[in-house]
Amino acid sequence: MKNPTTAILLTTLVSLMSFQFLTAQVDFRSGDVLITGGNLLTVTNGDMEETDLLILDGKIAEIGTSLTAPDGVPTLDATGKYIMPGIVDAHSHIGLDAVNEATNPMTPEVAIADVINPFDIALYHALAGGVTVSHAMHGSANVIGGQNQTIKHRYGAMLPSDLIMEDARRTVKFALGENPIRVHGEGYNTVPNTRMGVETVIRQGFDNALAYREAWKEFYRKKEEGIVAAPPRYNQRKEVLLEILDGDILIHCHSYRADEIYMLMNVCRDYGIEEIIFQHVNEGFKVAPELAEFGAMASVFSDWWAFKFEVYYSTAYNTTILAQNDVITSVNSDSRALIRHLYLEAAKAQRYGQLSDNQTLELITINPAIQLGIDDRVGSLETGKDGDVVIFSGHPLSIYSIPEYTFVDGIMYFNRSEDPSDMRLVTDPEEEFESYMKLKSGRGDHDCLH
Amino acid sequence: MNSFLYKITIGLFTCLALPFAVQAQLFGEPVKGDFLIQSAELYTVTNGILEADLLIRDGKIAAIGEDIDPGDAEVINAAGKRVYPGFIDAGTRLGLSEISSVSMTTDFNEQGNLTPYAQALTAINPNSIPIPVTRLGGVTTVLSAPSGGILPGTAAAIHLFGYTPDQMYAGKKAVILVFPTSARTSRWDRRSAERRQEDYENRMKKLNDFWEEAERYYEIREKGQNEHKKLASYEALLPVFRGEKQLFVEVNRAADILKALEWLEKKELDVVLTGVAEGWRVTDEIGETGYPVIAGPVLQTPSRSYDRYDRPYANPSAMHEAGIQVAIRTNEMENVRNLPFNAGFAASYGLGVERALEAITIVPAQILGLDDQIGSLEVGKLANLFIADGDPFEPRTQIERVFIRGWDIPMESRHTQLYDQFIDRVPGAQLED
Repeated sequence: MKNPTTAILLTTLVSLMSFQFLTAQVDFRSGDVLITGGNLLTVTNGDMEETDLLILDGKIAEIGTSLTAPDGVPTLDATGKYIMPGIVDAHSHIGLDAVNEATNPMTPEVAIADVINPFDIALYHALAGGVTVSHAMHGSANVIGGQNQTIKHRYGAMLPSDLIMEDARRTVKFALGENPIRVHGEGYNTVPNTRMGVETVIRQGFDNALAYREAWKEFYRKKEEGIVAAPPRYNQRKEVLLEILDGDILIHCHSYRADEIYMLMNVCRDYGIEEIIFQHVNEGFKVAPELAEFGAMASVFSDWWAFKFEVYYSTAYNTTILAQNDVITSVNSDSRALIRHLYLEAAKAQRYGQLSDNQTLELITINPAIQLGIDDRVGSLETGKDGDVVIFSGHPLSIYSIPEYTFVDGIMYFNRSEDPSDMRLVTDPEEEFESYMKLKSGRGDHDCLH
Repeated sequence: MNSFLYKITIGLFTCLALPFAVQAQLFGEPVKGDFLIQSAELYTVTNGILEADLLIRDGKIAAIGEDIDPGDAEVINAAGKRVYPGFIDAGTRLGLSEISSVSMTTDFNEQGNLTPYAQALTAINPNSIPIPVTRLGGVTTVLSAPSGGILPGTAAAIHLFGYTPDQMYAGKKAVILVFPTSARTSRWDRRSAERRQEDYENRMKKLNDFWEEAERYYEIREKGQNEHKKLASYEALLPVFRGEKQLFVEVNRAADILKALEWLEKKELDVVLTGVAEGWRVTDEIGETGYPVIAGPVLQTPSRSYDRYDRPYANPSAMHEAGIQVAIRTNEMENVRNLPFNAGFAASYGLGVERALEAITIVPAQILGLDDQIGSLEVGKLANLFIADGDPFEPRTQIERVFIRGWDIPMESRHTQLYDQFIDRVPGAQLED
């Protein structure tokens, strides 16, 4: 947003118009709804034909047959349709004003939570594709990038903070290989210029943070003994690194090649870090047994490859090989285009490896939820979980099925039959045709460098 | 040597030699032969769905019918399977680029804006790793096109099997025109509106000046003059002026489409519009020209933030309903295999399955003028086809066999090979296991 004041003024004006639509749907915007007769794909508890789902106060209150709507709770007939949990995208950059703080190989002190843009139309496009939660990530310019933010697509909210998903685990972006090497080694003539340098940056960063902790301990020890000493200089970067070392912040690491993936697992072992999620991880299939043994997880592209050298030796069967090796695997979009049909991206694991329907649905529901530390809240249709659901015209893994309704916290945010076309919350007087002599689909928007 | 011993010897030899043979080459040998595909459902495209046999002989579809005598042909029992004509993607960069970010491996954008002489067929790498990846998805023919600039070069249609460009060449070339635009060329195009307008006007002037010179050159050459002073840029346009070669005009924004139509109006050329992202905004105007459209990708974001979210999915349908002949393309390189998924989305958002199937088979064949050879299952056409265990638009469907000009294509690519090598990796996590 170039001019915040103008933006806010525009927002106020246009939001009045937009909310006319939203409030026209008043029936389904209370957080309470009874969805009847649909085929439920619970993901964690099998499929249930012609079953009702009651959401009260934004949470799934009951799943069963012949449920009746409590007083004042609207009913939506979903007979013949398919209902699945809201889709979770473990790697995205929508709803953001900035992505890369590409000024230092290590910037864990910066946070994506500070640059959330609730007006991004891509949030609505994601809802129209059934995606209710996304992991808004820092880019891959730095070996240790910024802190990411898991957001709920409460499109229409005016405050960035309204999109933040409460209680999601804190996560941080790491990045290995070509991108940090290109940006820092080639761009700024500094370490890292090789994958050896990448490892060194991480180890040195952790060592410096541990030394910083020791310095503080020393300071407190002296203080207890009554010795007057100057405290160490407060360093936010090192504070965050310590939280990573303590396991309070999960590492989500951009990675492609097997060697660098293996390297980071060794580094984690050396520093006692027990959890790690690899992002993209195109060569994860080569070290799938090692990933499984470590308990590392993988969040992959369905079929992207050959756009740079480190993904030339890729296979679209990556998802299947990882899943069959019991690595908890998700399929992500990393794209404003692909987030609109993540269910198709997941379904490609059936073309390339014949995963079962449920295994395939796990890739975009419970598995990414586990990877973001929100599986107690979303990722399956279970009583007590958030009322995030998508209603499809047919089975979501069929190319002919269309998302028709999307609910977040029991509130209807997308209704295909009443989509008014223009769903902007703000207007940009300078906007015009956006694209698109774009050479490619999908990767037209390389925010994050991929 | 008696025949029994001979067989044993050959057998032993084969067993010993086979592992070396497998190691020595990247992919298995394609086999040229005669094949009788029995009892399949034939999705002919032009004659509905037939339950019949299909005979491949001498690289062509020799017969379609019931109880065909196989003769010497290898019999393939395809009961319960479906047979489709190979898909055609009339807008790709396949073979012209190996790794997008490594410039030395990309050959689709020659230096300069006016390079219609740049021949895609010269630079297509028959051994490009993405080619087998693509054909395993049922795509058997593509148009591979240069891009960038104003007149980036001459595209070529190729079948996805062969060891030289000539073996792959499908017999059609087209000159590409990227119609100038004042729109931003990407989300990161930071030029001001004035600057873009200026650049646009410069480009239009370049194009018009060049075109005028080329027309004059054409007139002179038609008089039999200047035989000894050939200029490659103008030479490349001669077949376009003569009506022997098509001009593919890449244009996407509604206003640009209208400008392009106006520009083309006075010229008597064989025109195909490509891209056409905002075709739905100007269907009537396109419809009046009778120009065919190669649209896509379908799986992309709306071109304006205020457009309905599913406009790109519904664009082919909107144009089809206005009577425009519409084929669907991916505009891809390494992921041309997503063509059926682009068609599948177009099918779901208004076009319907039959029309969507046509849009990646017979329609692109017609637009390219290759419909006497490819695009449907008909006797006499090339045996470019595949066998699948279901609807090829559905992600779960497995493509089981692919034939290109009668060659039985090995179902191998880098992607399947890495799968085979690593699905049950030995050793696992422990070297000793």
